[in-house]
Amino acid sequence: MTVTFVVESLLNGLLVGGVYSLMAIGLTLVFGVMKVVNFAHGSLIMLGMYTAYWSVALLHVNPYLSILIAFAVLFVIGAGFQKFLINPILDAPEHNQLLLTLGVSLFMENFAVFLWSPDYRVMKTSYAGINFYLGDVSLSLVRLLAFGFAMLVSAIIYLMLTRTDLGKAIRAASEEPRGALLMGINIRRIYLITFGIGAACAGVSGAAITPFIPVYPYVGWLFVITAFVVVVLGGMGNILGAFVGGLIIGLADSVGAMFLPGSMKSIISFTIFILILLFKPTGLFGRKNA
Amino acid sequence: MPSASEKSGGSLRRGLGRRTWLAIGLLLAALHLVPWFVPSVLHIMIMIFLFAVMGQGWNILGGYAGQFSFGHSLFFGLGAYISTLLYVKLGLSPWIGLGFSCAGGIMLGLFIGALSFRYGLKGPFFALIMLAFAEIFHMVAMGWNAVGGALGLLIPLKGNSPGVMQFLDKEPFYFITLWMMVGSLYVVWRLEGTRTGLYFLATREDHDAAEALGVNTFRAQMTAMAMSSGMTAMGGTIYAQYLLYIDPDSTFGVVNSVEIMLRPIIGGPGTILGPLLGSVLLTPLSEVTRLAFQSYSGVYLMIYGLILVAVIMFLPDGMIGFAKKAILRVGR
Repeated sequence: MTVTFVVESLLNGLLVGGVYSLMAIGLTLVFGVMKVVNFAHGSLIMLGMYTAYWSVALLHVNPYLSILIAFAVLFVIGAGFQKFLINPILDAPEHNQLLLTLGVSLFMENFAVFLWSPDYRVMKTSYAGINFYLGDVSLSLVRLLAFGFAMLVSAIIYLMLTRTDLGKAIRAASEEPRGALLMGINIRRIYLITFGIGAACAGVSGAAITPFIPVYPYVGWLFVITAFVVVVLGGMGNILGAFVGGLIIGLADSVGAMFLPGSMKSIISFTIFILILLFKPTGLFGRKNA
Repeated sequence: MPSASEKSGGSLRRGLGRRTWLAIGLLLAALHLVPWFVPSVLHIMIMIFLFAVMGQGWNILGGYAGQFSFGHSLFFGLGAYISTLLYVKLGLSPWIGLGFSCAGGIMLGLFIGALSFRYGLKGPFFALIMLAFAEIFHMVAMGWNAVGGALGLLIPLKGNSPGVMQFLDKEPFYFITLWMMVGSLYVVWRLEGTRTGLYFLATREDHDAAEALGVNTFRAQMTAMAMSSGMTAMGGTIYAQYLLYIDPDSTFGVVNSVEIMLRPIIGGPGTILGPLLGSVLLTPLSEVTRLAFQSYSGVYLMIYGLILVAVIMFLPDGMIGFAKKAILRVGR
């Protein structure tokens, strides 16, 4: 194991970690505001990947323009999901919401099999073969760009939440829904928008990795558990925590890949998950009452 | 039958009327005749009973004790692997392996339970920690070649040899699974009438209030976990012997967790007959659509998804809960 190899895989882990961060931000935002654990997040990532894939394959748009399309498409899907399925059962016991999103995810994934067959599809781009070299360490352009877009969107969401009225309303709804309602905030609309943004995060992160990860209907499973790990690590509902958590899990996975056979590389992050759930369920940055 | 249990619902002594016993007896006798009259349905019946047993296992923990597990394939897979490895590597009969599977399932269940319940893990967190454990076992089974790796394990064919739980016909498995199913129903029926069963319910309904009234909720949850994991692991052994082949995906895979928990949830979580009813409804569906749409192997999961969404939105207490409410409404 040479130094170059170690540095290279750590850097790659960090780059993928940035995408994990964005996936987890979408998940944690929805949990923070609605207290809904969205098991269908992986399927939304899958839909984002297919949106990007088909935009490139059929409409011949630039792969990175397809990220915008994925954002819009997934926002609409997410808002519809919230309005018609989540909203009616918001007051049900919390495991029922988990089961509902599981049902939706089973449906979406297998509907995707039905529509697009279970085949692996690889997006063909002119960017795929380009590598940068820092000394001996090589980094692929597509991974750098995925990281860049994930960072950009995460930053936009963070600024939106902290600097705009909409963001203020979302944070108010998450901290004290009844109080926010009394202050004249339209909670239903906030829930709709929040779920839309959460789904759009999934869509963008999916679209950003499509140039280097093949698309297939069950691809969401690769990410959904990881996204949960990141969310729990950062503290459920904590955006900054999800951001840092994503980078940590990206690194942990790359360390795992160095020592363990391919199919077992996620064991480290899963172990972190179990330990965090048991010993610090409020997450790394969680407060006591979070 | 739900109306019969309803009548005695108030008291701890649970008696069934003579007529109910007679009906159960006749039904059981009729079920024993199935292999002679309609042998073509044996496979579906075996799967119905097997998943009803494992669903009942899930139901004890999820339905009665209120801890929803998203990773019961962990115990299913563990049971399948323990008996198969003992037979393939050491030549130990799966009949004895069944005991080891059950014990192994209980031990793993108690280990996870001790970790989770001591820290008051519940709701989605418990669901996810079970999922994480199941996925870890899945990954280890995939990567560890000594236990077959991704290729899985083939149980060598011995022909018709009851001593190692191998039969040329389906009938023996039909009777094994039928009686396991009856046994699981009996266990849960008895459980409902015991103090422990009531502790489960109290813990489910209000953890803190139960604790305040002197219920040892940790112990109740651990008991539920042990019963649940042991029962599910035994199902895994029977599954492995029935198919004579196991691999990580078909045992520890997430789909199996879904298969196991969907039956009690749709039939009615926290009811004696819920898992069986759910299995009667879902198993033929999956078997038939799998045959009808061979090229789209996921069609049954799509339908599962739709049914799950519909049940959660419109029948949150499952079919049995819905039926009970309907009976009460008519009776009023």
